[in-house]
Amino acid sequence: MKLTREFEERISRLHLQNKVFGGVYSGRGQEAIAVGCCADLGPQDVVFPLHRDLGVFVVKGVEPGRLMAQILGKEGGLSRGKDSFLHAGDLSKGVFGGTSMLGATLPVACGAALKFKLRHEPYVAVAFFGEGASSRGDVHEAMNFAGVHQLPVVFVCENNRYAYSTPQSLQMAVEDVAERAAGYGMKGLVCSGNDLAAVLETMGRALRRARDGGGPTLVECKTYRYRGHSEHDPARYRTEEELLEWSTRDPIPRWELYLEARGRDVAKVRRETEAEVTRVVDEAVAFAEASPEPEGPEAFEDLYATPLAVPEAPEGPAAFEPEPPQLTH
Amino acid sequence: MPVATYLQAVNLALKEEMRRDPDVFVMGEDVAVLGGAFKATEGILDEFGPDRIIDTPISEALLVGAGVGAASLGLRPIVEMQFMDFISCGFDQLVNMAATARYRHGGGLRVPLVVRGPTGAGVHGALFHSQDPEAWFTRVPGLKVVAPATARDARGLLKAAIRDDDPVIFLEHKRLYRSVKEALPDEQEPEPLGVARLARGGSDVSIVTYGGTLPLCLAAAERLAAEGVDVEVLDLRTLLPMDFAAIARTVGKTGKLLAVHEDRRTGGLGGEILARVVEDLWDELDAPPRRVTAKDTHTPFAPTLEAFVLPSEDEIADAARGLAAY
Ligand SMILES: Cc1ncc(C[n+]2csc(CCOP(=O)(O)OP(=O)(O)O)c2C)c(N)n1
Repeated sequence: MKLTREFEERISRLHLQNKVFGGVYSGRGQEAIAVGCCADLGPQDVVFPLHRDLGVFVVKGVEPGRLMAQILGKEGGLSRGKDSFLHAGDLSKGVFGGTSMLGATLPVACGAALKFKLRHEPYVAVAFFGEGASSRGDVHEAMNFAGVHQLPVVFVCENNRYAYSTPQSLQMAVEDVAERAAGYGMKGLVCSGNDLAAVLETMGRALRRARDGGGPTLVECKTYRYRGHSEHDPARYRTEEELLEWSTRDPIPRWELYLEARGRDVAKVRRETEAEVTRVVDEAVAFAEASPEPEGPEAFEDLYATPLAVPEAPEGPAAFEPEPPQLTH
Repeated sequence: MPVATYLQAVNLALKEEMRRDPDVFVMGEDVAVLGGAFKATEGILDEFGPDRIIDTPISEALLVGAGVGAASLGLRPIVEMQFMDFISCGFDQLVNMAATARYRHGGGLRVPLVVRGPTGAGVHGALFHSQDPEAWFTRVPGLKVVAPATARDARGLLKAAIRDDDPVIFLEHKRLYRSVKEALPDEQEPEPLGVARLARGGSDVSIVTYGGTLPLCLAAAERLAAEGVDVEVLDLRTLLPMDFAAIARTVGKTGKLLAVHEDRRTGGLGGEILARVVEDLWDELDAPPRRVTAKDTHTPFAPTLEAFVLPSEDEIADAARGLAAY
C-alpha cells in the first residue's frame, strides 16, 4: 500500500512538472482493495485491473520501472508508448490490461474463467470495476454468464461513491451493488475497502469458493476516492464533511493499528518500508526517465501476431516524382 | 457579442435552443452538476433546472436508446457522449434502432435526437480518447453526421441539428474547443445541414476537408500562397449527407483534388470523396486525386508516435504542392 501511495505521489509530482501528458487517475484511499484482493493470487490467476489499481500491477509482480515508463509513454513501458496510464497489461504476470470503456473487462474475465473451467485448471479470474461501471450492459452480461456457468471468477466492485462527479444515488437505486449478485445466481459480499484485513478475509472466501468449484462471487468494497476523478478535477461537487469523515479511515494507518494490536513494532516496520519504498520508486523514475521515446514507425508494431504479407503496391506519393508520367486515358 | 471559443459556441447553441423550445433537454454523464467533462453544458442546470438536464448512469446504450424513445414521442433529446470514443458502447442503438426507426414505421415516426460530444486526436488522449468515429456512421442511411470546424458553425449547425427531425451525430473536435475562437453575432440563425462552406477561395488546387483538419489545411494554404500556389479549401461541415455539388464545383474549377481528414485512410471519407470524383468528374481532373489522412493504425499515446500517425500541415502542404506542380 505504501509503495503504491508513494508511487502515485511521485506521478503527481511528475504531472506537476509537466512530464506526464495524459490523464492521471489516483487510487489514493483505495489502496487496500487492489493490494488485498491480489495478495493471495498466484502468477497463473489472471487479474483485470481498473484505472486506479496500481496496486494490482505491483502485487502481481510487474516491475515498477516498466510501470513508470508506461505512465510517461516511454519505450520501456508495458505498451511501449502505445497507450496511456494503466491501459496496459503483462499477461506473463497474469495482468490483463483494460480499455477506457468502463466495465468492458468483465466479459473478458468470464472468458478467462471459462478456459480455467473447461481445462480443469485451478485458477481464478479477478475483474475490478467501479460502481459507476456497474451501470453498463457489459457488466450485466458478464455476471449473468458467470452465474449460468458457475465460473471461477471474482468480480470486485470498488465502490468509491462517485463516478467522476456522479454520486452513487444517481447511478443506481440500491445501496449495495452486491445486492445484484442474487439476480445472477451468485453470492454477494460487502466489506470495508479501507480495511486491508477485511478485504483479505472477504476476498479469501471468494477465492476459496472459486477454487473449490463453487462458482463466482461479487465482492463489493466500500471506499472513497480521496482525490478528484483525475488530477485535473478539483472535485468541488463533494462536501467538506464527507471528505473529513473519510479521511479518518485511511487504509494505511488503519493497517498499522491492526499490526500494532497483534504485537508488531510498527515504528520499525514503518522505518524499513519507507526506506525500501523510496528506493524502489526512485529506481522506477530513473528507469522511466532514461527509457527512450518510441520512434514514429513503431506505431505500426504490435497490431498483429501474424501480419499478412500482402504484395507491395506503389503508394500515392510515388505518383509525384518531379517529372510525372503522362496520364493516358 | 464578444469573441467566443468553439466550446462557448456549443454551450450557447444548447442554451439558445433550450430557451426557444421547452421540448429540448440534455442527458449524459456528468453533464448537469459538473457541466460536462469539457464544460460544454456549464450553466444549463442553473438556468433550466434538473428536468432539462439529467446526469445519467454510465450507460451509453441506455442514453441513445432512451434518446430514441423520448424523441419518438415528441421531445428533442440531446445526448452527450463524454468522449465520442464511447459512442461504440451505444453502437447498436444508433445504427440499428435510431437509424431504422422511421424506415420500420413506414415513415410514421420522427426521431429528433442529437448525439454530440468531443471527438478527435492531437491532445495525447491515447487509444480511447482520440478516436474519429465518423466513418463508422457515414455509411448508415437514416443517420446524419455533422462536424463543425469553426465557432460560428458549431453554433449554427448545432442549432440546426437540434431542430432537425432525424437522428444527428454531432462531432465536436476537442482540439478546436479552446484553440478556435471568433466574434459571433448577437443573434444567429441555424446553418443549414448538408451544405458545405468555402473556407478559402483559390484556383490551383482544391482541398476538401472537415473538422479538426480545417485549421491545418488553411495554414498549409497560407504557406503555399507565399509560394504562388493558390489553394481553395472546402469545409464539408455535414458528412452525411455530403454536399457533392460543392465538391464538384471546386474540382471543376481547379481540376485537382486533395481530400484531408484526421480519421484513418482505409475506409475513411476521403476514399468516398475520391471515388465519387473519379466516377463522376473524371474529365474534369488534371491530376490523380490524393488523400492526406491519419495512418492505418491506432492513435497511440507517446507524442512521437501520435505525431507520426496524425496528418500534419507539412504533409498537406507537400501534397497540395505536388498536385499544383502536376
Ligand atoms: C463506457 C465509458 N463511458 C464513459 C467513460 C468516461 N469515464 C471515465 S471514468 C468515469 C467514471 C468512472 O466511475 P467508476 O466506474 O465508479 O470508477 P471510479 O473512477 O470511481 O474509480 C467515466 C464516466 C468511460 N471511460 N467509459
